[in-house]
Amino acid sequence: MDTELLIKNGRVIDPANDIDKICDVFIADGKIAQVGKVEKNVQNVIDAQGKLVTPGLIDIHVHFREPGDEEEETIASGSAAAVAAGYTSVVCMPNTKPVIETETDVEYIHRKARQARKTHVYTMGAITKGLAGVELAEMGFMSQAGAVGFTDDGHGVQDPSVMLRALKYAGMFDVFIAQHCQDDRIAGNGVMNSGYYSTILGLPGIDPLAEEAMLWRDIQLVKKLPPEKVRYHAQHISTLGSVELIRAAKKDSLPVTCEVTPHHLLLTEECCSEYDTNYKVNPPLRNSKDVESLKQAIADGLVDALVTDHAPHLQSEKELEFLAAPFGIVSLECALGLFVKALVEPGILDWPGLIRLMTAKPAKIIGIDKGTLGIGRQADIAIIDPEKQYTIDVNTFISKSKNCPYNGWEVQGKVEKTIVQGEIRFQAK
Amino acid sequence: MAFIRKTKQFNWNRKHLLGLRELSAEEITYILDTATGFEQVSTRSVKKAPPLRGKVVVNLFFEDSTRTRNSFSLAANRLSADVIEFTQKSSSVSKGETLLDTARNLEAMGIDIVVIRHNAGGAPRFLSRNIKAAVVNAGDGYCEHPTQGLLDVYTIRKIKGSLEGLKIAIVGDIAHSRVARSDMWAMTKLGAEVTFVGPPTLMPSQVHKLPVKVSDSLDEVIEKVDVINMLRIQFERLGGNPFPSIREYSHYFGLTVERMQKAKPDILVMHPGPINRGLEIESEVADGKNSVILEQVKNGLAVRMAVLFLVNQAVMVTKEK
Repeated sequence: MDTELLIKNGRVIDPANDIDKICDVFIADGKIAQVGKVEKNVQNVIDAQGKLVTPGLIDIHVHFREPGDEEEETIASGSAAAVAAGYTSVVCMPNTKPVIETETDVEYIHRKARQARKTHVYTMGAITKGLAGVELAEMGFMSQAGAVGFTDDGHGVQDPSVMLRALKYAGMFDVFIAQHCQDDRIAGNGVMNSGYYSTILGLPGIDPLAEEAMLWRDIQLVKKLPPEKVRYHAQHISTLGSVELIRAAKKDSLPVTCEVTPHHLLLTEECCSEYDTNYKVNPPLRNSKDVESLKQAIADGLVDALVTDHAPHLQSEKELEFLAAPFGIVSLECALGLFVKALVEPGILDWPGLIRLMTAKPAKIIGIDKGTLGIGRQADIAIIDPEKQYTIDVNTFISKSKNCPYNGWEVQGKVEKTIVQGEIRFQAK
Repeated sequence: MAFIRKTKQFNWNRKHLLGLRELSAEEITYILDTATGFEQVSTRSVKKAPPLRGKVVVNLFFEDSTRTRNSFSLAANRLSADVIEFTQKSSSVSKGETLLDTARNLEAMGIDIVVIRHNAGGAPRFLSRNIKAAVVNAGDGYCEHPTQGLLDVYTIRKIKGSLEGLKIAIVGDIAHSRVARSDMWAMTKLGAEVTFVGPPTLMPSQVHKLPVKVSDSLDEVIEKVDVINMLRIQFERLGGNPFPSIREYSHYFGLTVERMQKAKPDILVMHPGPINRGLEIESEVADGKNSVILEQVKNGLAVRMAVLFLVNQAVMVTKEK
């Protein structure tokens, strides 16, 4: 069995170790053995000249729909899609059917991931049973089984006393609590951002305040608790007001992190003008000021992770009136190109900056020993052609769902090879 | 056709009437002029004209409606079309068939024009992208109700001669009103100045970005306007508790006899119906000399005949190409 692999002459970007140089990476027994000039006679050599060699990408916010909605996505199809996009670790959200709320549920996800043998698949567990926002789920048992954190994603925990209890209780297990910030009473039955476009389109709106009010509230709760005993993560923030709340919280050194999706960086509420349900997503697409504030937040180092919130839905489910269609966008398979377009092309981030937010930083949030090319670590690696331009074509997606508004977009930056535990799991044709 | 008054050469090429937002002033005027021709059909002893003979019009109504549905049926009948009535209380996916499947099934029967009313804003636009038949919006959520907007401006134009420079108040639940939106687009395009009047809790998001003035005082506005359109308070649409009581709402926003004394003597009082007598409008005002409420209903028929005629014409032109 070939257990050695040498990647030669790539631009090695490893933000966790502050490395950005042309050199070689030597892998032995599935682990990183050497980074630098490697003079070894190895049978398996990848010539990475002109390519980027980075830690495998990590997406801490995906929906793989298994168990329950396997027609939309499965752990096998989702992780195959992920590995084709340079991801080597993903974190599934627990809003499946049934909800991931026991250790058995967590183990089920892990078993399916082992069988698929594509990326590492982690899962978060529910904060509350049935995502109902009332009783705490068994966070202890779930974290023992490997759940990396907890969220009621799809919903926000409405009751502040329940949220306070969750934050306190999670302190026992050194896991993070993530919130889909949305006050349901403000959001009402909204289906897009509240504003001029919702008014002229005659659709119920979701006010930015729905997100900001809950984020503000949660930050007050976090302030009440000992900082070494709490970790709070705001999922998919989307508004200027949220950015300012995060800015203030970080200034106060609170244990608060946040993430941003490509759609909130590239699309605005105006996209909903033709009632195309591929633009129906929650949190909704906001306006250009919100987009600019998110980009500024990334430039200012306030954002800790870039995520896709990959949310698969069948065409038949999306082929409905805007009011009736489900929320969600898939973008896992074109995520890198999208983030390059949103952040690298306008000069907001350089490549190491981008890779940091797609590897080392998210790994730190979920507390896994990944997102680095450190010696002795598992060899999870992406080899990227930074110059490669291509047209996004949903028909080439491995994902079972095609609800992607970027179909036909021209992007730059494509994954050539993805290596998981030293094994090449994806090669571009 | 003899009953069409052509004021000027105009090439109508819209196969669908989805809203008034995308129409130009010229297009709106052309529909109104076409309607003027059709108005006479209803005054003849034989109230029928042949342009839609052999065509099938479906009234696809997913919301309760009496007058709009009847008006469209009668309009289609007067144009000699065959009319299918399809009424379904709810269109939710949980009921089984999707809107698209329903429409495709009807289309398989060989229909030419779909007149759709739906509780979801954008449903007619969605349909127009997915079926071959012409689509006419008979009210979608609180997005638009284009034929109501057209019949409102038709009524005003008929009495006042033109909308240019007129001051018009639209009063009530603006947030949830498709009539307010269609009126706004049509009236402002034809040169009128529109003021939305109502409590801030019933104003839509970012109303200041719309081409209208906004006021929360009917007393201030009523003195200045040439036309006042009183919207129906639609209890089924009101979320939560946007005003404390009907009594208090009527006190501030009801069109009462007393309030009418401040109005211009030739003010036109309009209402899209059905009226909540004594709530948004007092009976004496609804039935009084300034009221054109029944005139609106009458004109609605001519306007809908014009719309059905024009979309059908656009289909024929497309086919010839």
